[in-house]
Amino acid sequence: MKLRKRRKGILSRLLRALFFRKVTAKIGIYGPPNAGKTTLANRIIHTFVDENEDIGVSTEVPHETRLAVRREDVLIDLKSKSVQNPDLNTIPSSNVTSTSDSPKPREGKSKLKLDIVDTPGLATKIDFHDFMAFGLEEKEAKKRAKEATEGVIEAIKWLDDIDGVLLLMDATEDPYTQTNIVVIGNLEARSIPVIVVANKMDLAEASPQRIVDAFPQHTVIPISALKGDNMGELYREMTRRFR
Amino acid sequence: MEIKMDLISVDKINSMGSAEKLRFILDGVKSGNIVILEGGLTSEEQMKLIELTMTEVNDDFPGIEISGYQAKRSFFNLRRKPRLTVIGPAKVMRTIKKDKDLISAVVSAV
Repeated sequence: MKLRKRRKGILSRLLRALFFRKVTAKIGIYGPPNAGKTTLANRIIHTFVDENEDIGVSTEVPHETRLAVRREDVLIDLKSKSVQNPDLNTIPSSNVTSTSDSPKPREGKSKLKLDIVDTPGLATKIDFHDFMAFGLEEKEAKKRAKEATEGVIEAIKWLDDIDGVLLLMDATEDPYTQTNIVVIGNLEARSIPVIVVANKMDLAEASPQRIVDAFPQHTVIPISALKGDNMGELYREMTRRFR
Repeated sequence: MEIKMDLISVDKINSMGSAEKLRFILDGVKSGNIVILEGGLTSEEQMKLIELTMTEVNDDFPGIEISGYQAKRSFFNLRRKPRLTVIGPAKVMRTIKKDKDLISAVVSAV
């Protein structure tokens, strides 16, 4: 019964992709807390919409984003001057291995219209004491913890309405967490296209290769959302994968 | 302080509906038990369990620690067969190392 339901989901997605292709794809930015989801969303908006517009605030305190934020009508244009900037297209670190062993898909078109959904960080536990360690008062920490649990639920519910996912992982952390495995398993089961993004590659302890090894069946793009490193490769992959 | 472990057979798990299964697991974990499921939970069930857990997080129950082996693919690579899932209260259980075929966790009384 469940299998039939899943197959039906795959079939309807296939039919939709063939005959009812959406003009604008809804792309969710998913990942654990503090992976850099909002920083990436802001980077995309700064590059293609308005360099003064922020989708959200990023801080070192986990669960800063506790409500999903949707930014509509973002036109990814690979021919725009900001993407032609060579700084965005190169990987400065020589020890980075970038993508999976899967064959490279053919070159996509240069433009892609998206709605970007910056989702709250996914977690299996939210302890208000963790926020107090960042200097929050107990009352504020409890409030934030409550909002963070609601954020996780909202992020999960968004999966029902999303066309593609940028799954962000902190390249300095162990990627083989149950949350990452569960997200990838759900995306595979729903046939939702995913690009794994190894963020924070500018840090000395970053190891995108560890992410490639953990999820060899997926394309992994190493970037630094903060510094803008290798964003050109990510944008190119997005135009291939999310149309 | 003693910590109880419940090892649940695949037959017991399969005899329950999806919602009943998740309720059974979460009730066990909220009582302070480590629940080990033979056969494991699918990714979709684990996501539902995380969602259910988030509705019940409070000052005394910060959530769960969940660990499991990645599902094996079978039936022409279409069907993903879960293997084993371990779920415990986040307050007492912490996964310290995990790869494709090994899960190391520490359990400490509060």
